[in-house]
Amino acid sequence: MQTDSAVAARRKKRTRLAVRYLVLILAAAVILFPIYITVVDGLLSPQQVVHRPPTLFPLNPHWGNFATAFNQGDLGIYLRNSAIVTIAVMVAEVLTSVLAAYAFVFLRFPGRKILFFASLATLMVPFEATLIPNYQTIQKIGLFNTYPALILPFIASGIGIFLFRQAFLSFPSEIRDASRLDGCGHIKFLFRIVAPINRPIIAAFALFAFLTSWNQYLWPLVVTQTNSVRTVQIGLRQLAATNFNQIDVVFAGTILAALPIAVLLLAFQKQLVSGLTAGAVKG
Amino acid sequence: MTPRFIRRAREAALGYLLILPAIAAFGLFIFYPLVKTAYLGFFLAPPFPNLPSHYVGFHQYGQILGSSDFRDSLGRTGLFVLYTVPIGIVLGLALANLAQKKLPGIRLFRTIFSSSVATSVAVASVLFFTLLNPEVGLLSYAFGKEGGNGILADPHWALPAIALVTIWQNIGFTFILMSAALQSLPEDVLEASMVDGASSGVRFRRITLPLLSPILFFAVVIGVISGFQAFGQIDLLTQGGPNHATLVLIYDLYQQAFQFNNPGYAAVLSVALFFILLVLTFVQFWFFQRRVSYAN
Repeated sequence: MQTDSAVAARRKKRTRLAVRYLVLILAAAVILFPIYITVVDGLLSPQQVVHRPPTLFPLNPHWGNFATAFNQGDLGIYLRNSAIVTIAVMVAEVLTSVLAAYAFVFLRFPGRKILFFASLATLMVPFEATLIPNYQTIQKIGLFNTYPALILPFIASGIGIFLFRQAFLSFPSEIRDASRLDGCGHIKFLFRIVAPINRPIIAAFALFAFLTSWNQYLWPLVVTQTNSVRTVQIGLRQLAATNFNQIDVVFAGTILAALPIAVLLLAFQKQLVSGLTAGAVKG
Repeated sequence: MTPRFIRRAREAALGYLLILPAIAAFGLFIFYPLVKTAYLGFFLAPPFPNLPSHYVGFHQYGQILGSSDFRDSLGRTGLFVLYTVPIGIVLGLALANLAQKKLPGIRLFRTIFSSSVATSVAVASVLFFTLLNPEVGLLSYAFGKEGGNGILADPHWALPAIALVTIWQNIGFTFILMSAALQSLPEDVLEASMVDGASSGVRFRRITLPLLSPILFFAVVIGVISGFQAFGQIDLLTQGGPNHATLVLIYDLYQQAFQFNNPGYAAVLSVALFFILLVLTFVQFWFFQRRVSYAN
């Protein structure tokens, strides 16, 4: 009797586990479907893409599609542009935020409070609200369709200043006093001690800054005009609009465009959660 | 000039020097354009290009904000938010709950569930653009919508289709957010309820959900804000069409400014968007502060 119920309980548990795996696999299949199909179609010939019933596994992959997308589809140029712009924005944002946050925490000067408040207030302004005058400014100073047009508006970040200030505030003042006694100046103190100690938060913000900049769409769309400066997001738009007769190349190009970020996220999994939520303070 | 004064002055000078890059950028690219946007809204575009625009003051604000065009695009934006936010959060939470238990292979499922964070709006849109294409798209094939003009050209289905792309693109982020929240729940409370013999359904409703309510609220607010800013998927998939079915506030703004050459009109929409998002951001800040004080 008792063993029977034990067996029944074990069976019930096993059924439950099987159901759970089934649901997990189903959910994974639904979520992966768009990516999987795009990878497969990126490896097919155009005839195979339109063949019905659809091919779900590429038996003789056409790797050449990726080369075509990279070269003729200009994906190589777009990726290079995105890399240049994104790295420049990330480095600038981290640097200006670290410098400003240091000043707000460790230095005393008139207007400190109000300037910090102004930095915070920038979080309330969505980029769309400043789009038109910024576009006019870029036109007026002759930067339309250049890298600086894509970089300059984003060289400072209210979120960065806010996050770094919070982190620096918890810095033990004894260490500051001790290093001051050693004759350590502010700049040396910042780059030798404060910044290295706060590496985790700086790395998380850097990842956030990188992703935000890489994924930008509206601004690059309005300030670029030629493929030589277009970022990969706008490049994809070009690719889909102009190469639709080469559908296999569009698929391959999409995969190429997503690949760098996929690799980056796999490498920085640890920073991912804090990196993604870092920006959550911003509207 | 005492040495003390000199030291103070040097410290202040260094302080200004260090904040200068950030403050200058904020001034030039955020504060000045914000004021300029509001000012541009006072000017009516000329009937023909190359004529000077003329000052009409608040008249243009009243005209546009009171128009049915504005109400319609605001309504579509609201509808889009309604389509994307609740479904996205429920799905994200369900996935997080599903992948919560430590089972063999669960890490692989977690990676798959978060995979869409690696896509940008443009990547996600092009993925679905091809999938929804009436000639080659597999989703069109699966839904029996092959041939004809396709789902994106159907005024009834265009906005839901855009919402689908958005939900898919955001699911990775929502999953990660919800997973982190579930993992941070106090284990003693959950264990106590298990000892009490509460069923898993009751446990989820009565214990997990209330404990999660701050993060859920947080997810709703950022979901609504990003819903108001959704642009790339519309530009890539429908350009506001068909028949204005996907003409949301921000796309209207973009078209007025960059296609119809009507910066005054677009500026009024910018100001409206600014105030809507301002209210939402305040809600978020208020909430963020409360959460921080709870955590301490």
